[in-house]
Amino acid sequence: MKGERWLQYGGPIALFVVLISAWEIAVHVFKVPQMILPAPGEVVSALVDGFRRGIFQKHLLVTGQEVVVGYVLGVTLGIALGAPIALSRTVELVLYPYLLALQTMPKIALAPLMMIWVGFGIESKIIITMIVAIFPVLVNVVVGLRAVDPDRIALVRSLKGGTWAEFRWVRLPSAAPFIFAGMKTAVVLSLLGAIAAEFVSAEAGLGYLMSQLMFKLDTPGVFAILALLAAIGVSLYMVADWAHRKIVFWDAAASERWSSGK
Amino acid sequence: MNRVTDPAAAPPGAEPSAGAPTGGAPPAAATAIDLQQLTVAYRTRTQERFIAVSDVSLQVREGEFCVIVGPSGCGKSTLLKVLAGLVRAEGRASIRGETVGSPRDDIGFVFQSATLLPWLSVLDNVMLPLKVQRRGDRDRWRERAVALLEVVGLRDFATSYPYELSGGMQQRVGMARALIHEPSLLLMDEPFGALDALTREQMNAELQRIWLMRPKTVLFVTHSISEAVFLADRVVVMSARPGRIVADIPVDLARPRDVATIDGARFGEISKQVRGHLYAQEKHA
Repeated sequence: MKGERWLQYGGPIALFVVLISAWEIAVHVFKVPQMILPAPGEVVSALVDGFRRGIFQKHLLVTGQEVVVGYVLGVTLGIALGAPIALSRTVELVLYPYLLALQTMPKIALAPLMMIWVGFGIESKIIITMIVAIFPVLVNVVVGLRAVDPDRIALVRSLKGGTWAEFRWVRLPSAAPFIFAGMKTAVVLSLLGAIAAEFVSAEAGLGYLMSQLMFKLDTPGVFAILALLAAIGVSLYMVADWAHRKIVFWDAAASERWSSGK
Repeated sequence: MNRVTDPAAAPPGAEPSAGAPTGGAPPAAATAIDLQQLTVAYRTRTQERFIAVSDVSLQVREGEFCVIVGPSGCGKSTLLKVLAGLVRAEGRASIRGETVGSPRDDIGFVFQSATLLPWLSVLDNVMLPLKVQRRGDRDRWRERAVALLEVVGLRDFATSYPYELSGGMQQRVGMARALIHEPSLLLMDEPFGALDALTREQMNAELQRIWLMRPKTVLFVTHSISEAVFLADRVVVMSARPGRIVADIPVDLARPRDVATIDGARFGEISKQVRGHLYAQEKHA
């Protein structure tokens, strides 16, 4: 158990050190041009430089706003649309083909259209991020609200509880673990959506900055932004995961017991 | 803080319904449950008519502890669901003269699995019926919930969560929950079926103790003969599919019953009688 804990934290760090060292050495030994593959040290200095000049902060703020606002809207809409679909057979039957079409469609492909409709500013990116975030939440809300222990429903009904009582006391909390699973997937997709939309056309943001640096063949800068995006993605995911554990504590407690059991 | 020693002591807001006994010996003639030629049929996916319960007539007196025993799938649980208003039936089912058509707010139902809500603390689980029925006066109900937890021996676990409890403890919470809203009728669907034999015997003794503190009409379903004889004023034996009543055996053992009762000759005689009826119909099948 103790050895496993060491492996959980120490292992990835050790691997990181090995890989970065190998990368650094390989670049120098094989004399790879910086434009193709910069050494880790050069990436770090590009990162430090970007922040010192205040460029990264500015674009980070724009992308951050797009992701956070788009994500919150997407999650809200996912829940608001998912609930009636899960609870009403009629709504489901009417909407299902459209949802299927929308879900299978690559939503990033809507980006050019959004630029035409709402412009090249932050709004079009928020909308794309939102659309991308809706689906994983919506699907999980539908599954979660339905995957309810029938005995729990019978319990509420036997107490003369109506549809609202069923929803409030059983369906919604039963669905919470599913909703959070969807929200965690949506976090990752939101970042993807915002960056991809910025690639299409934008005035600011990390995706915009990245394409600018690419045109200047500033590969260390591109790598620096990649590292930054990875850090943002991991942080956002960790926030969602933390909220999951806090709010759906019984689920976390159950899985904890699961994993600690031999 | 004044401690409530008798959880049955006047619940806030709940007035005893007309004709219901307010404790003590029940009036001899009052009928709590009346089933008249009850038949429950389901339609299977292939539109076949599947009869779960066939032509069952049964009367349970006010304050009586009636146990239905029968093989699995004889529709005994279905009878409880009909009374709880969860399943529709042909014939007539009435509780205190009122025909059952939909769920009532004066029934306590104990399920086979404890069916606690994992996101609520033990205390909140016990208080769930009050929340579902939106009854006011939370503080006094809360006091009653704490008192009930004390009765089932879980006072110290009020703030625990279900996953921290053993199966037997969870079912005790389930019993406290079924009693919180002062139901006049308790329906118990094999509540101890999932527990090990020893815990099960302890729970039977516990249930008897609680019931003696406050006798109320109980309809209890089980497939254990000894559990049935130990708990019942009257054992009703049902046949396998389609479920019909094949015997109605009064249990004249003195209360409180204990381990000595189980070892006694009379207990054996009655058990044998019940077993005889259960096996007789098996041979027919």
